[in-house]
Amino acid sequence: MSQPTTGGAVVRRGDGHVLRVVLVDDHRLFRAGVRAELGDRVDVVGEAGDVDEAVTVIHSAHPDVVLLDVHLPGGGGRAVLDSCVPELPDVRFLALSVSDAADDVIGVVRGGARGYVTKAISGDDLVDAIRRVSEGDAVFSPRLAGFVLDAFSSGTVEVDDEGLDSLSPREREVMRLIARGYTYREVARDLVLSVKTVETHVSAVLRKLQLSNRHELAKWAAAHRIV
Amino acid sequence: MDHSTSQQPRATRARRGRVLGGVCAGIAAHVGWSVRVVRASFILLTLLSGFGLVLYAAYWAWLPIDDRDGEEPRPAEGRDLAGALGLGALAIGVLLLLSVRGVDLVGSWVTPLVLVGAGVGVLWRQSDDARRSALLSDVSASARATTRTAIRRSGPRILLGLALVLIGILGVVASQGNLAASLKGLAAAFLAVVGLCLVLLPFVLGWWRDLAAERRARIRSEERAEVAAQVHDSVLQTLTLIQRSAHDSDEVVRLARTEERALRRWLYAPVGDPGATFVAALEREIADVEATYACAVELVHVGDVARDERVDALVAAAREAIVNAAKHAGGAVAVYVECGDDAVEVFVRDRGAGFDPAAVPDDRLGLRESVLARMGRVGGSAHVRSQPGEGTEVSLVLPAALGARSAT
Repeated sequence: MSQPTTGGAVVRRGDGHVLRVVLVDDHRLFRAGVRAELGDRVDVVGEAGDVDEAVTVIHSAHPDVVLLDVHLPGGGGRAVLDSCVPELPDVRFLALSVSDAADDVIGVVRGGARGYVTKAISGDDLVDAIRRVSEGDAVFSPRLAGFVLDAFSSGTVEVDDEGLDSLSPREREVMRLIARGYTYREVARDLVLSVKTVETHVSAVLRKLQLSNRHELAKWAAAHRIV
Repeated sequence: MDHSTSQQPRATRARRGRVLGGVCAGIAAHVGWSVRVVRASFILLTLLSGFGLVLYAAYWAWLPIDDRDGEEPRPAEGRDLAGALGLGALAIGVLLLLSVRGVDLVGSWVTPLVLVGAGVGVLWRQSDDARRSALLSDVSASARATTRTAIRRSGPRILLGLALVLIGILGVVASQGNLAASLKGLAAAFLAVVGLCLVLLPFVLGWWRDLAAERRARIRSEERAEVAAQVHDSVLQTLTLIQRSAHDSDEVVRLARTEERALRRWLYAPVGDPGATFVAALEREIADVEATYACAVELVHVGDVARDERVDALVAAAREAIVNAAKHAGGAVAVYVECGDDAVEVFVRDRGAGFDPAAVPDDRLGLRESVLARMGRVGGSAHVRSQPGEGTEVSLVLPAALGARSAT
């Protein structure tokens, strides 16, 4: 892996405090590794290794961002989301996983996670993703973008009032570039947009992903809830 | 009775080519006679003494269903009808035979008895079907849904069987005279049965639960055995190899990547013919490149297409592009594949130093020859986008419609 980068700018919220982060993963070694990679750039205020622990820690520490493993003993990341999101709407969740299974990933995003990155992500990119999520933006890894394109490409659906069940051409373009491995900045340059506009598009796609009743999404979500 | 070691198959009831319970077909397969001979023998035995019928019923009850060939084309509704017709024809035949022999059909116990027989036949056939669908759907996840549909589908048949048996019994009782008295007796018997059910219910339920628990435990232990075998063959081997080559970090990364890929495929990949589709073929190439160049290649794909010559050319070109990225850029390589209706597109992106495509001399371009020319030959196109310090992206496009035309 890339060498741990403990340098770099400290990430602060609007009010000036350093971002407070909770790590939830059942592998202690992995948590230690992430902690080292994050270094001083964020303030890791708690760790948890299973669902119950995570719910307790998140409620007591009240962090800005939770890094949430998809696979957790005691019900998975989805269970943590289900018991935290309704009560703590200002805590943001970023799903972190080695899983390649679409239903897992779609499941946590529909459960309320603001994004999904794979565990192979570099420290810098992770800090960037945490900052983005804390600001209310969405974080899409290439794989999640691929899932989205997959889910929204096949078949035809009735168009609902809000257009939740289909992507706009622009959103599709953005997703395609993210799937190709482009950063938001590169996407913005390629499409001659501002980064802010790209972020808006991505957030819109996240919203559709969470609210759409498209058959594929519903199927994935249902599969996730049953398993 | 144990023929399992011999060449001859253990006697079972056949599922293919059965008319009633599959007894004749099963016996024929077992002893190696023609089915017709066996059927004729049974009919003859029945005609002579009625013994054939008893024998048939006994075989039906004791011979297990053939569960060797797992998949049976689910018989259409007509198949049920054929079975019912078979039973009906049999019943009518027996009745005619008896009437020829001078038995009074209407007044005697014979007709009701035949009805009982037909009812039992229907019920037994039903239990065969239920067992078979249980055999076919041994997957615990879908078991509940399957059971529900099975009940819905089999309900009418069970009711029909029960009705036939009940009417038959009533008929037998009635033919012995004194219907009212026997109805009273029946009511008493019914109450007794209800009482017995109430008494036995907890035991039966407990027994049923034990059975289900045991079944679950068996499935779990089989799964565990499979996982253990997989872990032993792959992960443990790889960990051993990693310990041995701990000094060689490239080798460790290579081993870990290869193992990760294999494990992912085992965990998440749909079962099917590996390498049959474009994405599967590309995955194989990527695994090879990763192993050779000790780099990480992340593949994201949307859709998939079947392989043909042109797609294979695309796979080869993509491989070349990935190899280039792995060799010259270092770091992770992102591959994105989109299979649309009118084109298959592949994007290979690296975050290396990048270069100026115009500044590369013509004579040393593996890229130009093997990627651009290869794509050109199959009617596709390739585009290289790179700037010093920006990484490189190679995009390959294989139009579907154009390919169809150029192939003719």
